[in-house]
Amino acid sequence: MTTSTPGPLVDDPEVGARRTSGPQTTGARTTGARVGEGALRPDGTPKAEGRFAFSSDLWIDGMLWGRTLRSPHPAARIVSIDPRPALALPGVRAVLTATDVPGRATYGLEVPDQPVFARDVVRYHGEPVAAVAADHPETARAAAEAVVVDYEPLTPLVDPTTALDSPPIHPDGNLFRHLPIRRGDPGATAAVVVEGSYEVGMQDQAFLGPESGLAVPGDDGGVELYVATQWLHVDRDQVAASLGLPVELVRLHLAGVGGAFGGREDVSLQIHLCMLALRTGRPVKMVYARDESFFGHVHRHPARMWYRHHATAEGDLVKVEARILLDGGAYLSSSNAVISNAACFAPGPYRVDNAVIDGYVVRTNNPPCGAMRGFGSVQVCFGHEAQMDKLAAALGVDPVQLRLRNALRQSDRLVTGQVLTGAVPVREVIEAAAALPLPPDAAPDGPPIARPGGAGLTADPDDVARGTGFAVSIKNVAYSEGFDDYSTARVRLEVGPGGDPVATVVVATAEVGQGFVTLAGQIVGEELGVGRVVLSPAGTAEVGSAGSSSASRQTWMSGGALQLACAAVRSELAARAASAWACPVEMVEVVTGPAPGEVRRRGTGERMRWVDLLDPPIEREEEYHHRPTRALDADGQGDAHLAVMFAAHRAVVDVDAGLGLVRVVQVATGQDVGQALNPLQVTGQIEGGIAQGVGLAVMEEIVLDQGRVRNPSFTDYLIPTTLDMPGVDAVLVEVPEPGAPYGAKGVGEPPAISSGPAVVAAIRAATGLPLERVPVRPEDIALAPRP
Amino acid sequence: MRIARPVTVDEAVEALSAEPGAQLLAGGTDFCVEVNFGHRRPAAVVALRRVAELRERAVRGETVSLGAGVTYAELSGRIAEVVPALAAAARSVGSPQIRNAGTLGGNLATASPAGDTLPVLAALGAEVTLRGPAGERVLTVGELVTGVKQTSMRPGELITKIEVRRVRGAQQFLKVGTRNAMVIAIASAAVVLDRDRRELRCALGSVAPVPLRVARAEEMMSEAIDWERVEAPPGAAARFAELAAEASAPIGDHRASARYRRQAVRVICERAVNRCLRDAA
Repeated sequence: MTTSTPGPLVDDPEVGARRTSGPQTTGARTTGARVGEGALRPDGTPKAEGRFAFSSDLWIDGMLWGRTLRSPHPAARIVSIDPRPALALPGVRAVLTATDVPGRATYGLEVPDQPVFARDVVRYHGEPVAAVAADHPETARAAAEAVVVDYEPLTPLVDPTTALDSPPIHPDGNLFRHLPIRRGDPGATAAVVVEGSYEVGMQDQAFLGPESGLAVPGDDGGVELYVATQWLHVDRDQVAASLGLPVELVRLHLAGVGGAFGGREDVSLQIHLCMLALRTGRPVKMVYARDESFFGHVHRHPARMWYRHHATAEGDLVKVEARILLDGGAYLSSSNAVISNAACFAPGPYRVDNAVIDGYVVRTNNPPCGAMRGFGSVQVCFGHEAQMDKLAAALGVDPVQLRLRNALRQSDRLVTGQVLTGAVPVREVIEAAAALPLPPDAAPDGPPIARPGGAGLTADPDDVARGTGFAVSIKNVAYSEGFDDYSTARVRLEVGPGGDPVATVVVATAEVGQGFVTLAGQIVGEELGVGRVVLSPAGTAEVGSAGSSSASRQTWMSGGALQLACAAVRSELAARAASAWACPVEMVEVVTGPAPGEVRRRGTGERMRWVDLLDPPIEREEEYHHRPTRALDADGQGDAHLAVMFAAHRAVVDVDAGLGLVRVVQVATGQDVGQALNPLQVTGQIEGGIAQGVGLAVMEEIVLDQGRVRNPSFTDYLIPTTLDMPGVDAVLVEVPEPGAPYGAKGVGEPPAISSGPAVVAAIRAATGLPLERVPVRPEDIALAPRP
Repeated sequence: MRIARPVTVDEAVEALSAEPGAQLLAGGTDFCVEVNFGHRRPAAVVALRRVAELRERAVRGETVSLGAGVTYAELSGRIAEVVPALAAAARSVGSPQIRNAGTLGGNLATASPAGDTLPVLAALGAEVTLRGPAGERVLTVGELVTGVKQTSMRPGELITKIEVRRVRGAQQFLKVGTRNAMVIAIASAAVVLDRDRRELRCALGSVAPVPLRVARAEEMMSEAIDWERVEAPPGAAARFAELAAEASAPIGDHRASARYRRQAVRVICERAVNRCLRDAA
């Protein structure tokens, strides 16, 4: 399937901003398009028109404004904190520090190793030290500045290569995780050996909607928190633990999310906001400014990687050796899972019987790193794909042919020993990407703004060289290593105001832009054929956990839960009809299309309308669990992953080598999607993911100087603009995944994984330079010794 | 915060005199960023958008006259035909929204080393008119911009207009940034080939505290050019570029190293001169 499929219009997109107990939360109403159609997202038009309420738009009368005070040092002892000058300012209602945390003093996704507020020591630039609430945002800002903190700066540990030999900077030590993977014969070798070292810089999610939320104290001693997040229930559990409250008293509601990409998995302002609201007895709102947002969430782990590939003279991979070192920064976040992906997928989507892989993730005084789209697969993809190109060059074979020769197939094993039982269309995605037409050669009289350098008009046609590169990736769907992942969905079917059946969906699935709001309507449309589907606002008090909108998992997990709930509703319809007809339930057929809304009695042909069976309404809640995965053993062996997905990217770039400037002309891709449940949205994921991949390849990097962030702004943290974004040509490779609802794999992450490595390969082809570090900076090209 | 909203230049001068230290506000594209970052919180602002005189722009004979409140987006059309390098510089600024709001006068008054129009105005020999309590005076860009975000503007003064002479010959502006649009210059160069005066003028941006005229390079190139045929001997442009790079005094920071900036100057200066020679021939 190609991605040009236009979708039918949703006739009444009424979205966003449903008013509940006060502030606005997300919800949506949609019409029942079916699975496989390119339905438009119900929140699309309001977002495009500026009518959608994001979390930063939250407002309630009488609210206070919160502000966080952060450490200016990457490492320091806190000698004293004096909040009195801040409290003396008129309009300041509270100044809270570590000693005010009522419950658990720390939080964290895997292990609670991160202080809610730093107490005795700060471990990274930007670590929260205090939070204030005041009548006005300006007062809050002034109050945060007025808190007097006496720091005794320490020498920061900033080099991850020395972390394991340095004194511990945290009671838990400097090693987060060492994951060894040993498979086959460690002494194996072969005719051709290529070796390389590679480095990946620190990327940021750079979502446009800054961290923001509103906490409202409840009458029962609890708190309502409206917040943009990726996983409501795990936020709730961490907030409740630090507040010292039972989870029932902490009620989270999803507010409009302006992008996430992993950066909203960790708690940022959630606990601070609730503490301020409970202390003051007033609603408190907080919105991070853009610069603060760069300190308010984790980043993608910078990586240093060493690889050695062994292959036969014919080009068959025999062994892969790899050492991967990720800089986890000051606190754990999801580092243990990130290094697991990096190590498990270190060889890429290729068959290899022998592997010696060591993944390390360590603690430093750099900013904490955690989840970001691609999650460990991104970093190693730069390594394994550079190695495949090196190997192709050493063998004198075409790089695409070498990849095809070694491509994983169904029934092959990963280096963890896991047999791939699902769809493994690696060959297909490679062939699809390679077969797409190349862009025309750059015309000398073409618009100068389309050359490298863009609006700076720096390049003449003779200054530009073109290059083409190829890369392929592998990534797991959902959580791994034995985590019992699940999602919950409830569906209520009742008679609507117009006399027609209406389905209401209640899920806690965080809509972070991926389009589950669209898919939920399509799934109910598919399963029940109902024309009217209402998606309730997502909240922890309304329904059980949906798990995280991460790891390309929500289509599979929440989609699966919703499918189960719809099936349960159908069963109840059948049961009620059977009861009315006094016949066995097997004799009842529930009609969901093409003329839905009826039950038929087999044999007699009798019919009954659903609406006559919906008093009382039918409500069913189901939990979907995927099949269990297992932990990895001491040799990194085990069936750790639910499923894997693949993508291939071919990039074409124009390079001005004199200035080292790059214009990515085209990215062609073949992506393994299982089944495209909404091709339009899949295309959106592909284009957006490629933008992030291109960004990491040529511009996106958080620049650190001795642990200090030098570029916390959109002036200096550059993300691609329209002029940087290539044309995208995509083929959706549809091989249904056995065991997955509707055969769909995830689609969000693969576009962001191999697109960047393909771009870097293309720059290498255009310049002849080795380019072992990303992002490729202009001076890496312009000042490089000419080959 | 007190805000004055004058509608004439005289009223603006009065408002500035009444509120010493008041912040001038035109497009706000620099000022509001400083406010957001908490770097500046002035007690008073003099807002200039309603001052019609500052919005005027005209081509009169051989001179382009641009009010200080003319936006980057407005440096197009007829004006672009007369001063194409200035239009190119304006087109390279920020995003469409920034170009719709930001002004030429603001770019000068902010006096950032990376101000995109500054090297062009310097190379074109633009005359900047200021008005203050003591009346009017006219400065070159070199006289106006004295350091990083430093100008010779006196208390109570504002920039009212910028005048640029039409140059017979050619002019080019090249700007290097890590992104293809909406990027702060790492290095920029404006080159003006003036056939009437038989001189080549060049100013660099982002590689010194102020827009940098490169006198030695200009002299060398002006002498090397055969002005009748508008040609230069082989290697002259490269030599010019080398001298310009030597004259530059870049810093290294998180945007680029000093060494790269100097290399970028070398590359864009050579290209700019070659383009001028090609265009003028």
